Amino acid sequence: MSRDQVEVRGLTIATRPRDGEARVIVDNISFALPKGEVLALIGESGSGKTTVALSLLGYSRPGLAREAGEIRLGGTRVDQLGPDGLADLRGRRVTYIAQSAAAAFNPSRTIIAQVIEPLLVHRLATRAEGEAKAVELFRSLALPDPVTVGQRYPHQVSGGQLQRLMAAMALITDPELVILDEPTTALDVTTQVEVLKTFKTAIASAGASAIYVSHDLAVVAQMADRILVLKDGVTQEQGAADQILTRPRADYTRTLMAAARPALRQPAKAKADEPVLEVAGLTAGYGPIRDGIPAIPVVRDVGFELSRGSALGVIGESGSGKSTIARAIAGLLPRASGSVRLGDEELAPALDRRTRDQLRRVQIVFQNADTALNPAHTVGETLARPLRFYFGLQGEAAAKRVEELLDLIHLPRSMAVRRSQRLSGGQKQRLNLARALAAEPDVLLCDEVTSALDTVVGEAILSLIDDLRRDLGIATVFISHDISRVRAFCDRLLVLYAGRAVEQADRDTFDRGEHHPYTQLLLRSVPEMDPGWLDSVPAQPVVTVEKSAGGDDLCPFLSRCPAAVRGLCDTTPPPLRAGPPEVRCHLGAPD
Amino acid sequence: MNRATIWLKRLPAAGKIGLALVVFWMFTAVFGPLVAPHTVGQFVDREVFDRASGQLWLGSDYLGRDVFSRLLWGARYTVFLALAAAGTAVLIGTSLALTAAIRGGWVDEILSRTMDTMISIPSKVLALVMVAAFGSSLSLLLVILTVTYVPGNFRIARALAMNVVALDFVQVARARGEGAIHIAVREVLPNMIHPLLTDLGLRFVFVVLMLSGLSFLGLGVQPPHADLGSLVRENISGITQGALAILAPALAIASLTVGANLLIDSLKSGGEA
Repeated sequence: MSRDQVEVRGLTIATRPRDGEARVIVDNISFALPKGEVLALIGESGSGKTTVALSLLGYSRPGLAREAGEIRLGGTRVDQLGPDGLADLRGRRVTYIAQSAAAAFNPSRTIIAQVIEPLLVHRLATRAEGEAKAVELFRSLALPDPVTVGQRYPHQVSGGQLQRLMAAMALITDPELVILDEPTTALDVTTQVEVLKTFKTAIASAGASAIYVSHDLAVVAQMADRILVLKDGVTQEQGAADQILTRPRADYTRTLMAAARPALRQPAKAKADEPVLEVAGLTAGYGPIRDGIPAIPVVRDVGFELSRGSALGVIGESGSGKSTIARAIAGLLPRASGSVRLGDEELAPALDRRTRDQLRRVQIVFQNADTALNPAHTVGETLARPLRFYFGLQGEAAAKRVEELLDLIHLPRSMAVRRSQRLSGGQKQRLNLARALAAEPDVLLCDEVTSALDTVVGEAILSLIDDLRRDLGIATVFISHDISRVRAFCDRLLVLYAGRAVEQADRDTFDRGEHHPYTQLLLRSVPEMDPGWLDSVPAQPVVTVEKSAGGDDLCPFLSRCPAAVRGLCDTTPPPLRAGPPEVRCHLGAPD
Repeated sequence: MNRATIWLKRLPAAGKIGLALVVFWMFTAVFGPLVAPHTVGQFVDREVFDRASGQLWLGSDYLGRDVFSRLLWGARYTVFLALAAAGTAVLIGTSLALTAAIRGGWVDEILSRTMDTMISIPSKVLALVMVAAFGSSLSLLLVILTVTYVPGNFRIARALAMNVVALDFVQVARARGEGAIHIAVREVLPNMIHPLLTDLGLRFVFVVLMLSGLSFLGLGVQPPHADLGSLVRENISGITQGALAILAPALAIASLTVGANLLIDSLKSGGEA
């Protein structure tokens, strides 16, 4: 009898279609996990990592079936349990933390009722005992107001808090094994750090073993004792975390590591010419506009310049207004005030006031290629439409240009007749890009184009865009939440917080001066491959200076700022400190 | 194997029955009058409510006319009128729905509220008033049936279109500068066509029932012509004798609507139309 808590041997899972060939999804996977240790399953989407993790719950998704292999938890053969045995196992001995807490909670019940539900279902405690235990867990997960937070409904807490509350639900039955399925992928980096920290301590103090499913090596480095790298259902390598991170043996692991931390690209040369895109004082939002300010402003007073072939990275967390900037420039959301100049023409705020040529010169690439491509059209039709619309190309000429565009994005020409829904995620995003390129734009707005893609695929897309903008001289705006990636591909960076530009600099001079406190926080929050990194990140400070009501022009970061000065930051709007980097902060500014 | 064969193969048994019934009635509507042994108004029997015989396949009606021939003519009225009304209703309803979804704002508001108002008018009462005011005619029936079924289709089509309009590819088309018609016809419509076709089939069934109802009330197709509903009504006195003259048209209405329903249901579950 081994001392391993979890043991999987020769696990093979395949699809069982009614007609047609069976396809192996997970191929002969074996691993063992001692009590109290964390195993990370890492790989891109389709690698079978979630399928393996779910099999430990005795569950396989519809259409999949276990073909061979043993799954042992403690002394139990999970693979031999019947429905009753599984019901007893799930939610008690093995628990699950899903990627999207927002989708996992029932919006119409209070949080605490859902957190203690596993205890009640398995008759392990009374409601009162359960609630007392939940409050304890809330406290250990560093949730604010542990006593009352449970009385709220899921929409009343933040995403990071909800993820921690789901961890409480998973840990409340003192499980032997916790399965975490990409639990921080949907979170902002700054939130991710806090959530990872609490997960790590909570799992350690519960003494549970854990399986952590992720595509992000750096995140895994913080959590895992052991790592198993999967690709197409096949084990690439497995071993202790240190060994994999410092001395990866498999080529695939090296590819993953390289993609996660792209090397810096050369900045675009020769920027002497006139700016292609000039944005000044851009303010946009929703609701009726009064004095150039909408009722719900999302972006306030943002400005930048972009010359031919250069790239600007707009960085911010979700809700910071970064997509709104792209939509306002493209005219999808008419701006409330400010100016957007394309070459020497001023662009009208609304789409229908712009000329067809102006529309052609600014193209936007959306984040989610699944919804950005019309499922009713073929690849060829998708690309041919802008050619016809902007250039009047039809028939032979259009078909020829479509082929050229497919070459440009490295897709085979034969794909032109396929429906766009039949493409893979990466291919869809390439097509999405090619459609924008078909218009031969001067400005390309890329809105989080890689956030729905795997690291390796996303890296390839970014490289492609980067090459094309240099070759074709397209000024590009990369909008992203990922500062480390954007940095590698951009000539200039703009950091956005709560709709305001807090810092702006050329990439080369970005690190020369002192950053805005928010940028510092962002840079600190990017996980590093070093397993000790998480413990070295200082805890985020408790709020010291409250934002007074009505102070619209005050620093937006005030309530989270560790360096805020009472009597200055909460009374006077921050000045713009001359760069580089240009920073809007009292810090280091001349009096 | 071509697509139609594959589609037919995948159709569940209930769907095949439905398809057979619908095809049968379509054929009857198109070719029935050509093969009918007698004209609509011809008196062929001295007996009323006569039994089926070698000459009169479905017996005679309350005036001694050939039920079989009248049924063939009646099916033509019912099927064609219902198809025309359902088709027009869906065409108008969906066009308005696309306009509402793409324009949004006050256009949507006005259209939606107008449709809500129309839905609140009881259709049979409206039909009574209209027939009383203008007298019954085929074109008036068509108008009444269309007006009755536009709002329902509008609501469904608007909900479908709203979901599609919210997707990014519509934003892309807008950003490209496309006009409303291109967005409606090329971007939005192809992505809602399957549920719309199902709705068309459903409306067809509703119209058949409503038309039969109107005719039964004497508001529909006027004598000596008759649709399936009027056939039931004029032979109502034969019900106590269990006359074929009343059973046959009633069964015809039932098999047409049930058939269409079975077909639509199996299309829905199959996920393709």
